[in-house]
This record gives sequence, structure tokens and C-alpha cells, in this order.
Amino acid sequence: MPEYTAGTFEVKRLDILDSHGNSDRALMPSLGEPEIKDIYHRLVLARAFDQRVLALQREGRMGTYASILGQEASQVASAYAAGNNARVFPSYRETGALIALGYPLYMLFQYWSGDERGMRVPDGMNIFPVCISVGSHVPHAVGAAMAARIKKEKLPSVAYFGDGATSKGDFHEGANMAGAFNLPVVLICQNNQWAISLPRSRQSAAATLAQKAIAYGFEGIQVDGNDVFAVYTAVKRALDKARDGKGPSLIECFTYRLSDHTTADNASRYRSAEEVEHWKKLDPLARLGKFMEKEGMMPSGYAEEAARQATAAVDEGFRKYEEAGPPSPEDMFLNTFKTPAAGQMAQLRGFSGGK
Amino acid sequence: MVNMVEALNMALAGEMARDSNVVIMGEDVGVDGGVFRVSAGLYGMFGPERVMDMPLAESGIVGMAIGMSAFGLVPVAEIQFMGFLYPAFDQLISNASRIRARSRGRYGCPMVVRTPYGGGIKAIELHSESAEAAFCHIPGLKVVVPSSPYTAKGLLAAAIRDPDPVLFLEPTRLYRLIKEEVPEEPFTIPLGKARLLKEGRDATLISWGSMLQKTLKAAGAYDVDVIDLMTLSPYDEDAVLASVKKTGRAVIIQEAPRNCGFASEVAACIAEKAILSLRAPVTRVAGYDVVLPFPKLEDFYIPNQRRITDAIEEVLKY
Repeated sequence: MPEYTAGTFEVKRLDILDSHGNSDRALMPSLGEPEIKDIYHRLVLARAFDQRVLALQREGRMGTYASILGQEASQVASAYAAGNNARVFPSYRETGALIALGYPLYMLFQYWSGDERGMRVPDGMNIFPVCISVGSHVPHAVGAAMAARIKKEKLPSVAYFGDGATSKGDFHEGANMAGAFNLPVVLICQNNQWAISLPRSRQSAAATLAQKAIAYGFEGIQVDGNDVFAVYTAVKRALDKARDGKGPSLIECFTYRLSDHTTADNASRYRSAEEVEHWKKLDPLARLGKFMEKEGMMPSGYAEEAARQATAAVDEGFRKYEEAGPPSPEDMFLNTFKTPAAGQMAQLRGFSGGK
Repeated sequence: MVNMVEALNMALAGEMARDSNVVIMGEDVGVDGGVFRVSAGLYGMFGPERVMDMPLAESGIVGMAIGMSAFGLVPVAEIQFMGFLYPAFDQLISNASRIRARSRGRYGCPMVVRTPYGGGIKAIELHSESAEAAFCHIPGLKVVVPSSPYTAKGLLAAAIRDPDPVLFLEPTRLYRLIKEEVPEEPFTIPLGKARLLKEGRDATLISWGSMLQKTLKAAGAYDVDVIDLMTLSPYDEDAVLASVKKTGRAVIIQEAPRNCGFASEVAACIAEKAILSLRAPVTRVAGYDVVLPFPKLEDFYIPNQRRITDAIEEVLKY
């Protein structure tokens, strides 16, 4: 009765674009210049929106906000690969993915200002509302993939979550079921190294988060999350695989949260300025800009014009948000059940409008 | 004449035949037909895609049902015992009940979570829970409790057709205890409505699910109304108030612990809205505020007929 190796595993890591803007041509995805520029513009827009909400929050004009600064490549390139041909299940730090998918900016302003109308996902967009309860939406994505398979719809599920979520039971239960039923699911872990104050090294003893997929019988891959081409390539491959009936994938985007956890947090309490400075040098937007310059896609004034357009779009979004005005208090009674219960209607009739 | 297990099975088969989006999911629900055989035969009739044996993960099962229901299916998830529903409490309170509000109506969760509840079956720990009130406190979740084969069939069909998530609690002790005539063809009993099982003048007995049969027996010789709430959330306040305004006395009977039980909500409502009709204090008959004992002490915990008649006597002589 010999002792033998019953299983071994390996985890791949994909890097295509380095921080100096040099790319590995053999690994480059088939994206033409217009598409690369399109991705660039979405990165710029995501950052512009993010910075605007932070500024407005400081002025007391927005609620608590979770910045995406530093994670734009992970979010925008993955969402760009998904487009509207997948069902996207975001957590609260996915503003970049939502913007890349074309989510109306005024609705994102509504959401982050505390107006639920902002999460009434426009008809025709395959997006599930933001899930605050960490990791609990992973089984939703898996269930949606089950529905897609049964109803013969070519709409794989894409769930976004952070490094912290990989410690939660629902991540594991969902991943296990995705594997057990071989469902069309792409799990995108935004490993931004920090779950509020807990560093990645304390979140799990596993060398990579990607390898957690192995235990559930499917592939996990780590990619440079600040590299739009690596993220795009991995997500595209995983979606193709899902559509071909070859099951789920886990993609660990190795990135960094340059901002505080939220506007209610102060990250300098628990992490060093040196670490943040190191990651600033790996900035995903600057990196793509350098690549485009080297490739001759960035004529002089191009970046400034892109920034100007983004600012104008954010201005316009904010104007529309202000125009929409506050939500109606009656709204809360009408959306709990499809048809409000008698007791809710009685409460609505007795509702004084807070006066 | 069928028992409750057979009536539930009829409801599932009928709804699955009526609507191809209705699917069953749970642990051992397929080939095995469920630990209580509620889904017996359905795997053979509808196949593995519509009767899904799930990995052992209650939160994952309910979480998946949310995603399935939001995108066109009508999942009926079985949790083997109410004590195993607790890991999925988070999915119900944080997600299933909120998806409609969170998306301002873009998405809903037309799903049912079925689970046997209540004691009296001499089982080990966590197999005899009656934690219905914890779930009634969740806005956006309906809680339905049948008390007989007939109501089980009609209420389950209505729960499956409801556009919002429903927790469907089946009194384990009654699964095979009573038989009654149940129509072959599909029918529904509207959610949110109570039924009056006995009419009288002197008091109103209000109960549901596992305590209803005992309540009816205790009511025997008394001239009282007996109300079976059937749906606890949202419950039929009008039926309760109309009866109490007529009789002037109310006894609410539940198996669950007294503290913050569903009887407390009913009692508070009567106190708020019918106090001038009352001729005696509103009285609750309930389990004790203790951890549910193992089988050897279980009968001392679950309210019996004597405790119910004592309460009736007390309000009548007040």
C-alpha cells in the first residue's frame, strides 16, 4: 500500500503589459487601435468619476464611497470583455466595471448619494444591483448561470468580489456549486491587497487566491490586475470557455487599492506610505498611456482631450443627477413586494411624509 | 384521502406540469425523493434538470435560488429541517427579501424555500425548531404555514405562483398524522388570508401550523372562534380584529418560545386596535424561553391541550 501523490496543481500567472508600457507581443490580445483607445477612454472616465465622487463626498454632497483608484484596469478591461453578453454581479467597489459597461453616470451619483433609484438597472443592461454583503452574491451569479443553461441563453455570469470575499462561506459554496454543475461562471477576484485593514497575507495562507478554484475542480489564474491586456485576455478566455460549456473559471486580478477602503476609512493607520508609493508606480492608466505613446496611438494633446471629455461627461452626469431631484418617500412602500401588502398600504396611507 | 406529504407532492407535480420554469432543488430531493419523500417520484417525471440534487450547503442553495429566480426560473428549494435553514438566514435577510427593493423593481425573486418545522417527532437537536418569528421580521419575505393536507396543497401552489420570496414551513409532526380529501386538480389558497375553522361568541383562539390541531381539540366544547392564520407574513389582521371585536377575548397559541414570538405581534396589534372590545387580557400560550429540549423533555416544552384549555378558562372567567 504505497503512499503516493493523489493530486498536484499549478497556477498560471499572466502579465502582458509592464509598467513602462512595454508589451509581450506574443501574448497580446487581438484588440485593434480603436478598441485600445476605447478602453483607454473608459479608464479615464472611470477615474474622473471616482475622483469627482471623492471630492463631492468631502463637500458633504455624496455619501460614504468606496474608491476604485488603482483598480481601473481590472474593472474596465474585464467589463469590456464581458460587454452586454454576460450577466454581471458587482460588489460595491465595481464603479469602474459599471462605467465601462455604460451604466448611466447620473444613476451612479444617485446610488452613492443614497438614492436607491440609482440601482434600478436600465432595461437591456445585464447587470445585477450592487451587493453590499461581502461575497454573498457569488451564489446568485451561479444560480443565474444555472438559469441561463436551463433556458438555453448564452449569457454566462460574471461575479466581482475582493480578496476578503474569498474567506467567506458563500464564495466557497458558490464556487463549489459552479464546479459541481460545470456552470458558465467567471469569478473575478479583485485582489487589491487590503480588506479594510487586513492585508492579503493575513486573509489566507494560500500563496495565490486563484488556486482556491482548484479545490472546486476548475481553473484559477492570477493576472497582473493593473495590466488591461492581461485582464482582458484572461476574462475573454474564461467567457469563451463558459459559452462553450466548459465550466467556470476564477481570475485573480492582482491589483492595489490606492485609496482608503471608503471615505470613512484612513488607510494610513495600517499601511505604509512606501507601499502606496510603490503601487503608484504601477498605475494602470499611466501604463496604458505609455503603451499607446510607444505604439503611436497617442498624438500630442490626446490625453488632455480624453481627460476633458471625461470631465464633461461627469459634469453632465452630475447635472442630470441634480435635475432628477430627491426620491419620493412613498417609493419605499412600493418596492418591497410586487404588490404591497395591506399592512404596508395602511402604513402608506398613514404616512405623514416625515412632517 | 391524502396526508400532507402526499398533498405537497401533488402541489409540486401540478405546478411543475403547469409551468416549465418551476424547478426543485435541495439535498437528497432527486433520486431519494427528499428526506420526508415530499418530492418522491418527481425526479423520474421531470428529470435531473428540474429536480436538482444539491451539494450540502444551505446558504449556497438559497443563494443560487435567488440568482435562478431573478433570471426566469421559479425554484422551490427544500431545506431538510428548519434548524439547517439558519446558515441561509443571511441569504434571506440580506438578499432574497431585498432584491426587488435594491433594484427598484427591475428584479424580483419568485422563489419558495420549503422546510419542515416544529417538534414532536423525537429527533435530535436542531430538527424541531419553530423559529418562524425571526423570519416574519424580514420585510420582503412572506412566511406561510399550512396546518393540514388541503391547506398545504393550496398554499404551496399559491406560494410557487407568488412573485416574491416565500418561506414555506411544513409542520413535521403533521406530515403523516392527518388525512383529508384534497382535490386532484391544482388550486390555490390566497396568501395573506386566514381561515375561520370554528365559530363562537366567547373568545378567539388564534393559531397556525403545528399547534392548530391541538387548538381545535382544546376548543372542543367552548363557544369560540378558531382562526388558522395560514400566512404569518403578511398576516390577516382584519380577520383577527373582526373576530376579537366580536368575542372580546383572545388566546394566541404558538409552539415557539414566548419572547418575541409571532403571538407577540398579534397580541400587540389587538392591544393597539381592539382594546376597547377586550373583556380579558390578551393571552399567549407558547413554548418556554429555553433551548428546545431533546426528545425526553420535549413533551414538557411543547404546549399541550391542557395548557390551551387553561388559557381559555382563564380569559373566560376574567
